[in-house]
Amino acid sequence: MTVASGGPVVEAHFLTAGYRNRPVWRDVSFSLAAGECVAVLGPNGAGKSTLLRVLLGLLRPLAGTVKVFGEPPRRGSARIGYVPQARAFDPETAIRGVDLVALGIDGHRWGIAWPSAGRRAARARVDQAINAVRASAYAHRGIGQVSGGERQRLFLAQALVGSPDLLLLDEPLANLDIANQSTMAELVAEVARDRGITVVLVAHDLNPLRRIVDRVCYVAGGGVLIGPPEEVVTGPVLSRLYGAPVEVLIDSAGRRFVVGLEEEVAHPHTGEHAGHDHHLGDL
Amino acid sequence: MSSLGAVSPSFGGGNSFHWNLVDDFRQMWSFAFFQHGFEAGTVVAIVAGAIGYFVVLRRSTFAGHALSHIGFAGAAGAVVLGVDPLWGLLVLCLGAGGVIGALGQRLRGRDTVIGIVLAFSLGLGALFLSLYQGNDANEAVSILFGEILGVSSADVVLTLSIGALALGLICLMYRPLLFASVDEDVAEARRVPVRLLSIAFMMTLALAVAVAVQVVGVLLIFALLVTPAAIAERVTRRPGRAIAVSVAVALFSTWLGLAISWYSNYPVSFFIVTIAFVLYLLVRVVPALVALRRGVREAGRFVPGPPDLDPMDGGRVLQ
Repeated sequence: MTVASGGPVVEAHFLTAGYRNRPVWRDVSFSLAAGECVAVLGPNGAGKSTLLRVLLGLLRPLAGTVKVFGEPPRRGSARIGYVPQARAFDPETAIRGVDLVALGIDGHRWGIAWPSAGRRAARARVDQAINAVRASAYAHRGIGQVSGGERQRLFLAQALVGSPDLLLLDEPLANLDIANQSTMAELVAEVARDRGITVVLVAHDLNPLRRIVDRVCYVAGGGVLIGPPEEVVTGPVLSRLYGAPVEVLIDSAGRRFVVGLEEEVAHPHTGEHAGHDHHLGDL
Repeated sequence: MSSLGAVSPSFGGGNSFHWNLVDDFRQMWSFAFFQHGFEAGTVVAIVAGAIGYFVVLRRSTFAGHALSHIGFAGAAGAVVLGVDPLWGLLVLCLGAGGVIGALGQRLRGRDTVIGIVLAFSLGLGALFLSLYQGNDANEAVSILFGEILGVSSADVVLTLSIGALALGLICLMYRPLLFASVDEDVAEARRVPVRLLSIAFMMTLALAVAVAVQVVGVLLIFALLVTPAAIAERVTRRPGRAIAVSVAVALFSTWLGLAISWYSNYPVSFFIVTIAFVLYLLVRVVPALVALRRGVREAGRFVPGPPDLDPMDGGRVLQ
């Protein structure tokens, strides 16, 4: 929308990130163009959420530079919408979907929201966001009383209500059944397309997303690879990234399945910095 | 509460009930200790009812419970030093509240840490009570179970000031606290100071606990801090309304408890706790009964005989 300036939405140069000087991945360079949809894949603990935390400004890079909308990331940017990993709510939790979405507008402000013209305008934006994710049927129910998929949509509405240009979604498909996974994926693609939003979403499985993603960002073995799925999710490329033999099986529908070769992984012939020897950057 | 060792005032046991409630109330009001109790009770009910919503929402009920027990050591220590126990409560509750808040919402084993400090504090409290010459059981009982009719006029002023401060803080923190309570990660990304809020909330809770101990005591604190909010969340899912209902329930329990005690000889805190408990049972049992009745009525609609099953519709019964 407002990214008409044409510059990349995200730009990283030799970025190294991690906690307390212990890098999770290092020397990563890539850039994301406006309107692009990128899936972040990789094993648990490889640093997928770390990437989101860096982009959100919650974690300072250990080395290198990263720019979001041409500036170093900072907390509280209204141009970024964020949906963290889903969590459970008690069924009695006394807060509704609409209240949750409204927090996306003014939840960071001090005090109580008193009725006013601005408040009514905010209400209209809340309704609009809820309609966009088609959640109006249950938005007035308690947040602990809707299903996991319904709650995910409400959180998506909360992220959208501030009219962001970049959407960061952490495991939006986790704990959803297969039908809900594809509905959710298509919904994300639809709102992103309508609003020209750049999307970065963390996922476990590329397949439900393969119709909506332009590129994949594979985080593993201390490195990050970014590129089109058919180039990145291949046996030789992932084997290099993991520093261990990996095979990718492709079925008749074009779905890709990453399979580790256990018998060889059980005898690692690598040192401490397994994956770091290979220089992994932009493809 | 500051009536050190003195036999706590009471209405002298069982005024008989008249239907002229206005007249009865005028008579109650003529006793200064009743006035003080009513005033302190009202402030405490409003503050505890309001903050209770967040206590339940943030699943901090154990922290609230622990604060009161840690406060017990402070109250008992103050008695030994000859200071108003309310001050002792305030100091220890605030200190403990700050530490618990700094531990954060996410720390694993947080409740274990709180529990260990709680146990130590109760032990300290026991020591202080025995140090207090004569080991006066009255003082212990009033700290443990509350002595609303022993509240002095100085305590009322202090309670009102602390209550106003706590309520003001809740109003100030309202939106970001709500945000951080339901959605900590997003709130943090939106620049809400979640850690500061965690500490500020616990210290506000400490203020509420310190004043509430006067009314229901260390052991019965749940009745004002948790029960009204738990009732409210079964009645409404709107945050604003839930807080209003919670305050109303806390006020109703406190006022009715005080009024009933006028006609009887039993402790006020017993009545407050019992009223809140009965209300809780009502909101849990009544909806269940309604659902059960509806179920029975709907079940009765079936015509006896083999059900007409549609195999294409997953075997659901056709209407």
